[in-house]
Amino acid sequence: MSAQPKTGEGLRETILGILAEIAPEADLSRLKPEENLRDALDIDSLDFLHFASRLEQRLSIRIPETDYRKIATLAGCLGYLGSKTS
Amino acid sequence: MTEGVLVGWLKSPGETVRKGDVIAEVETDKGVIQVEAFVSGTLDKILVKPGTTTPVGTLLAIIREDGQAAPPPRAAMAASTTEPLPRRSPVITRDDDKSERMRRAIAAAMEHSKREIPHYYVSETIDMQAALDWLAGFNAKFPVAQRILYGTLLIKAAAMALRDFPEFNASWQNGRVVAHPSIHIGVAITLRSGGLVAPALRDADRQSLSEIMINVRDLAERAKSGSLRASDLSDATVTVTSLGDRGAESACAVIVPPQTAIIAFGRIVERPWAVEGRVVVRSTTMATLSADHRASDAHRGGLFLAAISRLLQAPAAL
Repeated sequence: MSAQPKTGEGLRETILGILAEIAPEADLSRLKPEENLRDALDIDSLDFLHFASRLEQRLSIRIPETDYRKIATLAGCLGYLGSKTS
Repeated sequence: MTEGVLVGWLKSPGETVRKGDVIAEVETDKGVIQVEAFVSGTLDKILVKPGTTTPVGTLLAIIREDGQAAPPPRAAMAASTTEPLPRRSPVITRDDDKSERMRRAIAAAMEHSKREIPHYYVSETIDMQAALDWLAGFNAKFPVAQRILYGTLLIKAAAMALRDFPEFNASWQNGRVVAHPSIHIGVAITLRSGGLVAPALRDADRQSLSEIMINVRDLAERAKSGSLRASDLSDATVTVTSLGDRGAESACAVIVPPQTAIIAFGRIVERPWAVEGRVVVRSTTMATLSADHRASDAHRGGLFLAAISRLLQAPAAL
C-alpha cells in the first residue's frame, strides 16, 4: 500500500496515476476539473469500481457507495479525498 | 471474426499438453486470444506457422491423445453482440486500425445474424427497488473491492430463470433447437479500443453473486488486456447485456449465432409505479428479450421475462 499523501499535489498525482492505469490512452492533461470522469474518460461501471477501490487502498480510507457521486470529477475527488486524508 | 494471424506457439511438437493449456496465441480483430488444447495428450504436429493468416476453424495442430488421434484444436471465435456507441471524448485517443477491424467484424456478424435469424422482441419493465435496496445494504458492509454491481443480480436472475426456459439457452442447429445442459452467459463487455466482446461466464446459475462479480471482473480485465482464451469467446450459450447507468433505457439487441436469445437490460430509471393502489416512485429497468422465432414464441418470451422479474423481487435468494 502506498504512503498516504498529505499535500494537494500528492493527492492529485495519486488520483491521476490511478486514472492513467484505468484509461492508459487518455491524455489527462486535457481533463478539466469539473468534467465528469466517466464521461470524459469513457469509464464504465466496472472501471469506476476499480478507481474507487484503488483510491481506498492507496489512501487507506473507506469510500461508502453513497459517496461515489462525490468523486465523480477531479475537483470533487480533490475536495472529498482531501478532507478524508487531512 | 473471420480470420486471425497466428502470433506464436507456446508448446513444441513432442511436448505433453493438458486440456485447457494455452498452446498458441492468435491475433484477431478482437485482440490477441489464447488458443487452448481441447484434449490432453502430446502435441504431435504443428500445421500453421507463426505469422500465417488463417480463417476461423482452421486446423492449427494435431494432439495425439493416448495413442489415438485427438479432436483438433480450433481457433473458435465468437461474434459480438450489440452496436457500440462511437467514442467522442476529446481526452481519449484510439487505435483507429484496431477499431476499424473490430467494426468490420461486428458488421459481418450482425449482418449474418439479421439475415439468418428471424428475431422477435418482447419487453418488460421490472421494478428494481427491492434489488437495489438489498444491494445497498450488502455493499455497505464491504470495502469497494468486495462490492457488487447491480448487473450481477441481473445476470444471476436471468441465469436462474433460464433453467425453466431451455429454448432460450440453446442453439439452432441443422433445422432444430438444441438445448444446452449448462448455462454459460455471454457477458457483453465494451472494449476501450472500441467494439465489444461477450465472453462466457460459465455455469452462471450455480454461482453466488460474489462469485459472479469476481468472474465478471476477471473476464472484463482479460478482455481489455487482450488475454481472453478462444473458449471464452465460443462457449456462451446465451448473451446478457446491461446497458449500464449511462446507457439507453432499452435496446433490441442482435442475437449472436448460433444462440437463440439475448437479453438486454436498460439503464435504471425512476418511474411512477402503482403499489397497492397508490402511485409511488420506483427504480426500474426495461428488460428486452430478442429471441429466434424458429426456436420459441413470444408468449414464452413474455413468461421468461416475468420469471426474471419475480426473481429480482427476492434478491436475497439470488
